[in-house]
Amino acid sequence: MFKKYLFLLGFFLLMHCASEEEEIYTPIPYNLEIPELFADKLIAPVIPTNNPLTEEGVALGKKLFFDKILSGDETQSCASCHSPKNAFTDEQQFSDGIDGKQGFRNAMPLFNLAWNFDELFNWDGKEFSLEKQAFEPVSNPIEMHANWKNVEQKLQNHPEYPTLFLQAFGYSEIDSVAVTKAIAQFERTLISGNSKFDQYLKGETSLTPQEQNGFDVFMDEAKGDCFHCHGSNNNPLWTDNQFHNNGLDANFSDAGLGAITGDPADDGKFKSPSIRNIAFTAPYMHDGRFKTLDEVINHYSEGLQFSSTIDPLMKKVSQGGVQLSEKDKADLKAFLLSLSDFDFISNPAFK
Amino acid sequence: MAVLFSSCDEKKECCVNFEPVSVTFKFTQNWDGVPVTSADFNDFKFTTQNGETVSIEKLRYVLSNISVGSSVKNYHLINIGENTGAQLTFEEVSQGSNFLKFTFGFTDANNIDGVYQDLNSVSFNVPGMLGGGYHYMQFDGKYKDTNNADANFNYHAIRAVDRTDPANLIFQDTSFEVDLGTFDLKSDITIEIKMNIAEWFKNPNSWNLNELNTILMPNFEAQKMISDNGKNVFSFGAITE
Repeated sequence: MFKKYLFLLGFFLLMHCASEEEEIYTPIPYNLEIPELFADKLIAPVIPTNNPLTEEGVALGKKLFFDKILSGDETQSCASCHSPKNAFTDEQQFSDGIDGKQGFRNAMPLFNLAWNFDELFNWDGKEFSLEKQAFEPVSNPIEMHANWKNVEQKLQNHPEYPTLFLQAFGYSEIDSVAVTKAIAQFERTLISGNSKFDQYLKGETSLTPQEQNGFDVFMDEAKGDCFHCHGSNNNPLWTDNQFHNNGLDANFSDAGLGAITGDPADDGKFKSPSIRNIAFTAPYMHDGRFKTLDEVINHYSEGLQFSSTIDPLMKKVSQGGVQLSEKDKADLKAFLLSLSDFDFISNPAFK
Repeated sequence: MAVLFSSCDEKKECCVNFEPVSVTFKFTQNWDGVPVTSADFNDFKFTTQNGETVSIEKLRYVLSNISVGSSVKNYHLINIGENTGAQLTFEEVSQGSNFLKFTFGFTDANNIDGVYQDLNSVSFNVPGMLGGGYHYMQFDGKYKDTNNADANFNYHAIRAVDRTDPANLIFQDTSFEVDLGTFDLKSDITIEIKMNIAEWFKNPNSWNLNELNTILMPNFEAQKMISDNGKNVFSFGAITE
């Protein structure tokens, strides 16, 4: 008799397992469309094996990115400071958190993040991986100031999210790890590769004489010498994603990378931002000190400040910089504006 | 069919006692014999033959056509600051007498603009106005100038280019071959390839950083001098089996 009950119990358990398996939804792999120039010139983007891109994961990440439910009082989403029309940054020097508090760093634009091969994110490289980067702003008191446990609970009680998480990750118990995985998936789809200059490189358009001279200034070691840190026609990221002291200050109120590594040789170093889409991302520098591109160009031309960690690539520091002519400055600006990708900032898939 | 079987038998008999070996290049750096690693960067602890005190902040270089007998690796980037590329292993090298050699930088034939994705991805390119292709070496740092003030240097090696007429560039291939000689390989082996960084500033051209410090890429004569000095930079060191 006992054996009979044991058999029946085993049978029902197996049936239960089988019905659960039937419910598991297999997400559809996401086809990441890589721009032609990226495919030709660069190594493959970084997609973690434990967080592959799926249609469901990306869609969920997008929904979360724009959902104010992630903030403490549900007044801000990621997009509040990372707006599509500004290449996923905002127009403020320092963004306001939900309590009206401001930070001390300019919000970084978000695009082509899967090609950050070292996977060090933020101005100071504090976060390793996009997933970890996405974790911090939600709970940061000067940003979204939420409690992750509360956020998880709100998402769990939401009429749609449990099903969306189940479809994206195979489980409906929502935690911060799954949230940040989804957001990171969406962020990896934010690809910008269709500026006028991209089209020029593909032979689809031509540059004006001003843009061409500006590009020459950018590439000329004896003039702008921008290419050593900010990419080139052979590196369409337009950044080296490395950390440099670009001569902003003689003394540092913000140590940047040095505060993370603890190495004084890293003091005053910040990540080179991409100059792609720079027309949309003012103000500039890690502290948003420059309101215009003209101010940025003037800084490198005659505004450099010496410090012990200033990057050796900063030329003619004792003279304040590379001393560009007014024409070269104007042409350099024209070239920089040719890196604007209007399709990217108006892409409905990113709104 | 009989001929094929016969051929296989003969090959088996001839090679049965010669298992392939692995050869590993281990790249190290020194300053006139004092070892240099990334831990020695950002410190004015080295002095050039000309008397300038130097702090190294970035040093990465590419070797190409790295050959162990008939085995060849196309190119290899060594980045001392990031501790990458310090070793390069050749598997399945035939036993016996094998020559070892490599090229510093790229010969013109291999210095093809934009084709090496991994080098593009780390921004190792040379601008098109200088003929394109790739750096051979990026060596950046600071030196104490004649006023004992910190000054920057960018000792960048590329193919020499004369831009006197920008519409008619004149090139000189300043890559060079380093022949380490012939080795009798009997078992797995590691060969240290030493770069004496001090030699970049020494022989035959005693380098004056107060005169030649930055904007060396478009400097045709400076590139030839770098190439000349480089020929004394590399040697082989410890060999371990």
